[in-house]
Amino acid sequence: MNTLGYVVMLVGATFCFLGGLGILRMPDVYNRIQAGTKAVTLGSIAVLLGVGILKPDWWPKLVVLGGFIQLTSPVGSSAIARALLRAGVKPWQKQSNGESGS
Amino acid sequence: MKSKFSQFFFILCCNLLLWFLLTGTLHSDELVAGALVSSIVAFLTLERTSIFSAINISFQTPFALLLYLFEFYKTLVIANFDMARRVITPSLPINPNIITVKTTLKSDLGKMLLANSITLTPGTLSVDVDGDDILVHWVDCPPDCDTQMATQLIAASFEKHIRGFLN
Repeated sequence: MNTLGYVVMLVGATFCFLGGLGILRMPDVYNRIQAGTKAVTLGSIAVLLGVGILKPDWWPKLVVLGGFIQLTSPVGSSAIARALLRAGVKPWQKQSNGESGS
Repeated sequence: MKSKFSQFFFILCCNLLLWFLLTGTLHSDELVAGALVSSIVAFLTLERTSIFSAINISFQTPFALLLYLFEFYKTLVIANFDMARRVITPSLPINPNIITVKTTLKSDLGKMLLANSITLTPGTLSVDVDGDDILVHWVDCPPDCDTQMATQLIAASFEKHIRGFLN
């Protein structure tokens, strides 16, 4: 059972790592938000799941944590993207290669 | 859920559930304190929580909600693998663009849920909500994509599920 918990946590950490890699590799700020939001949401939920398997007493609090992460993370990224669009940051397009809008 | 009372009751139940999950006990002292605090909070926030009035409470509501959550987690996992594949591939296969998606959901809560779901589905990020339009940033936009096609591809399945328990 302990091994399973650690494996699930490792999977979550891997997703978080891939999110970080995505933030480094993506060409403009909108794509970076995309990579960051998705990977980190699932990554943290997976880490919480792993903790839940290791410490079964903590389930109720972990459920609350996961729910709040899942509700707030997309709202936050949408708010950042909206502010950027209003400020006039153009999204990067494939045609204008190498020319980022930021 | 039209009347003030049912709205109050709904918020009270949500608060109680949160209290129960955070304290993690079923002691009578804790429950009484929780009920007291929950009613005060529900009473004070009643004016500002009219957003929840869009929820249709009926026999089918819990099933529709579960179905929506199942669909949501399924697409969240798919989205992560999709994004991981794009990030790892050396040539970075993306073709980003901003497009408009039409929604037929009327309530603010429904639009918010739909926008949130779009953000966590493969390759899409909702940028702005303006009336019936949702601006979506799409990492891999197909060439010559118009509003109708985007609505079909991105929003249609979630909208169907959200409609199960919302206006």
